[in-house]
Amino acid sequence: MSTQTTVQQLRDVVIKFAGDSGDGMQLTGMQFTNNTALLGIDLSTFPDFPAEIRAPQGTLPGVSGFQLHFSSDPVYTPGDSCDVLVAMNAAALKANLKSLKKGGIIIANTDGFDAKNLRLANYPEGVNPLTDGSLDGYIVYEIDITKLTREALKDVDLGMKEKDRAKNMFVLGFLYWLYDRKMESTIHFLQEKFAKKPLILEGNLKALHAGYNYGDTTEAFTTRYRVERAKMPRGTYRSITGNQALALGLIAASQKSGLPLFLGSYPITPASDILHELSKHKNFGVRTFQAEDEIAGISSAIGASYGGCMGVTTTSGPGMALKTEAMGLAVMLEIPLLIIDIQRGGPSTGLPTKTEQSDLLQAYYGRNGECPMPVIAAATPSDCFSAVYEAFRIAVQYMTPVIFLSDGYIANGAEPWRFPKAADLPPIEVKFKTQLDEGEEKFMPYQRDERYVRPWAVPGTPGLEHRIGGLEKQHITGNVSYDPDNHQLMVKLRQAKVDAVADDIPLQTLDSGPESGDLLVLGWGSTYGAIKGAVKSLQQQGYAVAHAHLRYLRPFPKNLGEILRNYKQVLIPEINNGQLIKIIRDQFLIDAKGYHKIMGIPITKSELEEHIKSLLG
Amino acid sequence: MDTTAVQTPQSLTPKDFATDQEVRWCPGCGDYSILKQVQTVMPTLGIPRENIVIISGIGCSSRFPYYMNTYGMHSIHGRATAIASGLKACRPELSVWIVTGDGDGLSIGAGHMVHILRRNFDVNILLFNNQIYGLTKGQYSPTSEENKITKSTPYGSIDHPFNPAALALGADATFVARSMDRDPKHLQDMLKRAHAHKGASFLEIYQNCNIFNDGAFEIFTEKATKADETIFLEHGKPLLFGAQRNKGIRLDGLKPVVVSLDEGYSADDLWIHDEHDLYKAQMLVRLFDDPSVEGHFPRPFGVFYEAQRPSYEELMQQQIEAATGKYGVGDLDKLLAGSETWTIY
Ligand code: SF4
Repeated sequence: MSTQTTVQQLRDVVIKFAGDSGDGMQLTGMQFTNNTALLGIDLSTFPDFPAEIRAPQGTLPGVSGFQLHFSSDPVYTPGDSCDVLVAMNAAALKANLKSLKKGGIIIANTDGFDAKNLRLANYPEGVNPLTDGSLDGYIVYEIDITKLTREALKDVDLGMKEKDRAKNMFVLGFLYWLYDRKMESTIHFLQEKFAKKPLILEGNLKALHAGYNYGDTTEAFTTRYRVERAKMPRGTYRSITGNQALALGLIAASQKSGLPLFLGSYPITPASDILHELSKHKNFGVRTFQAEDEIAGISSAIGASYGGCMGVTTTSGPGMALKTEAMGLAVMLEIPLLIIDIQRGGPSTGLPTKTEQSDLLQAYYGRNGECPMPVIAAATPSDCFSAVYEAFRIAVQYMTPVIFLSDGYIANGAEPWRFPKAADLPPIEVKFKTQLDEGEEKFMPYQRDERYVRPWAVPGTPGLEHRIGGLEKQHITGNVSYDPDNHQLMVKLRQAKVDAVADDIPLQTLDSGPESGDLLVLGWGSTYGAIKGAVKSLQQQGYAVAHAHLRYLRPFPKNLGEILRNYKQVLIPEINNGQLIKIIRDQFLIDAKGYHKIMGIPITKSELEEHIKSLLG
Repeated sequence: MDTTAVQTPQSLTPKDFATDQEVRWCPGCGDYSILKQVQTVMPTLGIPRENIVIISGIGCSSRFPYYMNTYGMHSIHGRATAIASGLKACRPELSVWIVTGDGDGLSIGAGHMVHILRRNFDVNILLFNNQIYGLTKGQYSPTSEENKITKSTPYGSIDHPFNPAALALGADATFVARSMDRDPKHLQDMLKRAHAHKGASFLEIYQNCNIFNDGAFEIFTEKATKADETIFLEHGKPLLFGAQRNKGIRLDGLKPVVVSLDEGYSADDLWIHDEHDLYKAQMLVRLFDDPSVEGHFPRPFGVFYEAQRPSYEELMQQQIEAATGKYGVGDLDKLLAGSETWTIY
């Protein structure tokens, strides 16, 4: 055993696990993440995988990555570039080298750099980056992970293929050693996962320990690193992804409102995990319905809401497009409904596994006729919980469909979450109409209250039998009406109802920065961390820059116009070709500037910082 | 939610099911008769009016909910079946009726139709088949016969039509029946049967569109030809037809043949209808000949097939109960905490 190792304190580390999509890098990353989280270290993750389940082995399109940023300081993003790159093969190195910091560490699985792998990664004949000196500026740990794993498992009665599958556990064990960790969390995880497969369990545990011991006994490794826990607000935390938080938010809102939850959904990347998660929680009375298509997904949810449950449908861009007619029906029926769009690169099938703020304009305008509905967006993975809770509240209290926007980056990314106590969650009051009021002779389904909201009378309620539908309704009676004045009135009333939501949401606040100044960065959705990081850094450098982040996109908070006018410039960074900026310019007639990245990847803090500096001259 | 309070319906009459809305179908449309039969049957079913929901899509037939004093939704084209699925999943105690047409249910909504049938939600699907698009003023539909001249097929339709009952059976429907607007008694019987069946009931109703496809089913509905051109199925009874009741269908091995009782066959030799025999039902729905072709079979009416299979909502409820039994009623605090937490003091 080596006794020479020293432990070095670090404040901030970004690791990227990269390998073939069959190499188990996502699982390895998640395990290291949980282990990190349990130590109270702040973190943010960014999984990045190919659209194909098994893209051709060893090739560049087949590379699957998982980036983890952990720190003793507050973490806002998964990191612009990484300190450590785990490359299970040549393609993984090639695809990720550009995001490795100069002088960073490369952990290379030498077996993944044989002639075949080098060829598959498109290296010229005879070129091996491990030997040609091109990596001289980095610290390279060459480990024959395949061979070492096979050796460690030589007494386990598994086939070679199965043994090789434990490679990722070797890597994980080595990293646990390198970052001075205990391995209990992963040992428990494996014991549970492979409870019924003792041989596979044995293989994985052996590989895990072998990786750890390899670090311990190999003299080449003299330094271990430790990152201390972050100073986070007091409380109890867990690690959570956006899609998990969203599912929990829906269940919590269902419990607090007393409305049974119904999800009508068709599988689509990157939204399917919500369906998976919700389908587990039947003991909360959750009903999940895997519909035959996107249209049936939303239509069944409309049926559920009509019946007095909370109907929800989940999807991504192409599915949103398919659901638009039914959304119009929900607007006409004026019933609660949640349409959850986990955005991805578009148009058409686009980039299924890549992130993009692709659908804001679709959410705003993408329906026939004058068809307004509230739009709400989450900013971070854990923010999905409270944002969807709020969307649920607005839907039931305003008898309206609500669109909720998340994206692939938020959906799959993880961060620590100081989860609330059930008792502390705000109540969601629901009013059903149960009988005719005094003096009321006949039920008037479109009689509105002072907020323009119509009553919710569900089948099974005696005396309130009525008919609703997609044809224009007569004001108050809800009968079919083609009257010109009535149509004008109803269009205005439906708009007024959505506008009235602005009276019932918090005023916009600044995330950071002065109340007036040179520049305001206005963001929405998953750009939150990058904007926050860039703006904070600029503030430290003395710039008068502020950051406001919108959760309520329709209607906007009532004071937004006022805020926008307090700055000489307004910059709206988006992962699209400029969507919020169009709406802001339209509603507030200001000369907002855009910053648009449409590459399927998040905006980084440093590029944004540079851009803001260039605007400030 | 609790809206299931059992109450004995006070005795209702057909009038209680009529609304104050002016019925807007063309005078003479077959829809009037169907509405009347539904309003006649409803009070006899013993369901409180508030527990009945009628959901329709788009098309002439889909105006139906406006004329029924129950809960109702006139939804969007083709989606009534999907909307009803969500409603029924959440509110199994409701009596849900879907009113659709050949365009709504078999063209734009065909995708959902087969799925609601295979899932076997306990709903009643009334498919008004008039073999034409009425509301859009006369284009051919997926049940229109080949060579049909319509506004959109001036040279005749080259579309091969659906056989709705065969399609339903192919989708593993647990109840498949056919009736017609012009036979009130039979239609009432079929409506009652559809209601009595637990599971998805598919009832195709031949409906005359006197404006765009007048007389499409004349040969089956008019006195002069009805007896010879139709065969009314009754469980356990031989397949007999004809004005003289002297013709029947016999199974010659696996081949149905029309025989005359005057030529040495007796009723005992005939095919005895068994509603629960899937194989025979598959042959019966295929008796779908063009009546203008020499040697054609009479068109069957009645219940082709009925089977018992648990309904979707029943199975869904069972899973919820099983999960609750196993894990207890969901504890939100536990759920929010997940399996691994850490505390910062
Ligand atoms: S167009 Fe035909 S189906 Fe429609 S209402 Fe008139 S007669 Fe009836």
